[in-house]
Amino acid sequence: MDAKVLQNHLLELIRRTSAELPTDVVRAVQAGLRREKQGSSARYALQVIDDNIIMAKDKSQPLCQDTGTIICYADLPAWCSEGKFRKAYEWAVVEATRRGYLRQNSVDSITGKNSGDNLGPGSPQYHFHQTPKKALTVRMMLKGGGCENVGIQYSLPDTRLAAGRDLEGVRKCLLDAVLQAQGKGCGPGILGVCIGGDRGAGYVAAKEEFFRELDDTNEDPRLAKLEKRIMKEGNGLGIGPMGFGGETTLLGVKITHRNRLPASYFVSVAYMCWAFRRNGCVLTEGGKLSRWLYDS
Amino acid sequence: MLLEAPFTEQKIRALKVGDMVEITGLLFTGRDAVHKYLHDGGKPPVDLTDSIVYHCGPVVVKENGKWVVKAAGPTTSIREEPYQGPLMEQYKIRGVIGKGGMGPKTLQYCQSVGAVYLHAIGGAAQVLAERVVAVEGVHLAEQFGSPEAIWEFRVERFPAVVTMDSHGGSLHAQVLAESTEKLARLLG
Repeated sequence: MDAKVLQNHLLELIRRTSAELPTDVVRAVQAGLRREKQGSSARYALQVIDDNIIMAKDKSQPLCQDTGTIICYADLPAWCSEGKFRKAYEWAVVEATRRGYLRQNSVDSITGKNSGDNLGPGSPQYHFHQTPKKALTVRMMLKGGGCENVGIQYSLPDTRLAAGRDLEGVRKCLLDAVLQAQGKGCGPGILGVCIGGDRGAGYVAAKEEFFRELDDTNEDPRLAKLEKRIMKEGNGLGIGPMGFGGETTLLGVKITHRNRLPASYFVSVAYMCWAFRRNGCVLTEGGKLSRWLYDS
Repeated sequence: MLLEAPFTEQKIRALKVGDMVEITGLLFTGRDAVHKYLHDGGKPPVDLTDSIVYHCGPVVVKENGKWVVKAAGPTTSIREEPYQGPLMEQYKIRGVIGKGGMGPKTLQYCQSVGAVYLHAIGGAAQVLAERVVAVEGVHLAEQFGSPEAIWEFRVERFPAVVTMDSHGGSLHAQVLAESTEKLARLLG
C-alpha cells in the first residue's frame, strides 16, 4: 500500500473514532434515557448526552474535548512493517490534531510542556502484533483522563473489603470500584476488568475488554454470570448519570482473566466513560478499506 | 432557569441544589495549571470579581484569523479541591462549573463566600461548545499550553445543574452517602 493512502485511511479512522460513537454504545445510552424519570437530573444528563452524540457526528467534531490517550492496536501482515505503520499513524495523529479532531493532549511529565502535536514518549501508545493474514487490522481507542483517573487495582485479599481470592472477592472489588468512582469518571460507565496477571498486564487486558460489543455474552459462563450480576447490583447503587442519582450507573461490565503467580491476585478495573470511543478498520494490501469494525 | 451576568452574590445565594440553570454571560476557563498558579500568588490576567470559572480544557483552533471552539466540555473538578475555596474567597469568584463535584472544603467556602458549584454534563463537548458564541480573549496560553490557558468564553444559555449551593447542600455528598449505605446492605 502506498504510504499516502495508508496515512489517509488512518486519519479517517481517527476522525471517525473521535466524532462518532459506535451504535452499540448509542443504544445503551438511549435505553438508559428511557429508564430515567421525567424531569429528573439523570434524564436531563442523558438527554444532553444523546443530543451531543448526534451533534458531534453531524459536525464531524470531537464528542468530548478530552480526546484522551490514543491507544492503537495494529495486526501487521508481512507487507506492513512496524516502522511504516508508525510513520503513517504519526502523520495522521499530527494532522488530526491540526484539524481539531484531537486536542493537544501530550504533556512532558518532567517539564509540563505540551508537545502540541500529540507526539512524545509513549504517545501515541502502540500494541503491535504480527499476523499471517493478508489484511492489516487497526483498532484504536481514545480514552479520556477523567475515566482513566478512576481506574483502580486491587490486590487480594483485601481487609477493608473483606474480599478473598475468589469470585465473591472480585465482586466486592468491582462494586467498590463503582462506588468510589461515583460520577467522577463521566458515568454511566463501562468496566473493563482483568482478574489475575501482573499489575501491568492486568490493566492492559482490562482495557482490551472494551473492544467487546456491549451486548455480547462472555464465552466463559462463570464470568458471564458475574458480569450480569455486577450490572444489576452496580445500577442498583443509585449513583446515576454524572453521579446525579438515578438508575443508570453502568452501561456494561466486561471481564477477562489471566494466570497469576501463587503470591499475587490482582483485580484490575479500567473505567470507560459514556463517551466510549473505539473503532477499527481492515485494510487490504492494495489500499482498499474492506470494512469498519464497528457501526457508527 | 436563566442565570445572567452580572453574577451577584444575591443571585447566587438564591440558587439551590437541583436547580437546572442556563448561564448567559462571560466565563473564564481555568484548570490545573491556572489554579496552582493563582494559589501560588500568580497575578490573574482577568478580573475575577463576581465571575464564573469553568473547569475546561477546550479544543480551540484558529480559522481565518479567528478562534473557533471545536469542543468544550467540563473536566474533573476535584483536582482543584486544595485551591478552589481560598481562590473563591480571595477573588470573590461566585461560581465554578465543572464535573464530578467537589469536596467539603469547597462546600464550606461556597457558604462563607456566597458561591455555587455548577455541574455541566461531562463529555458533552459539542452541545456545550455550541453555547459559546464568542471567544473574547486568551491568557497564559504560551506558558501553560492551549488546554490549560484562561479562555474568555461569551456564552448564551449554557446548561448546568446546581449540585453544591451556598446553604451547605451537596448532591454529591448525598449520593455518596446513599450509595455507600446501599452497598453496605448489599454486602450484608
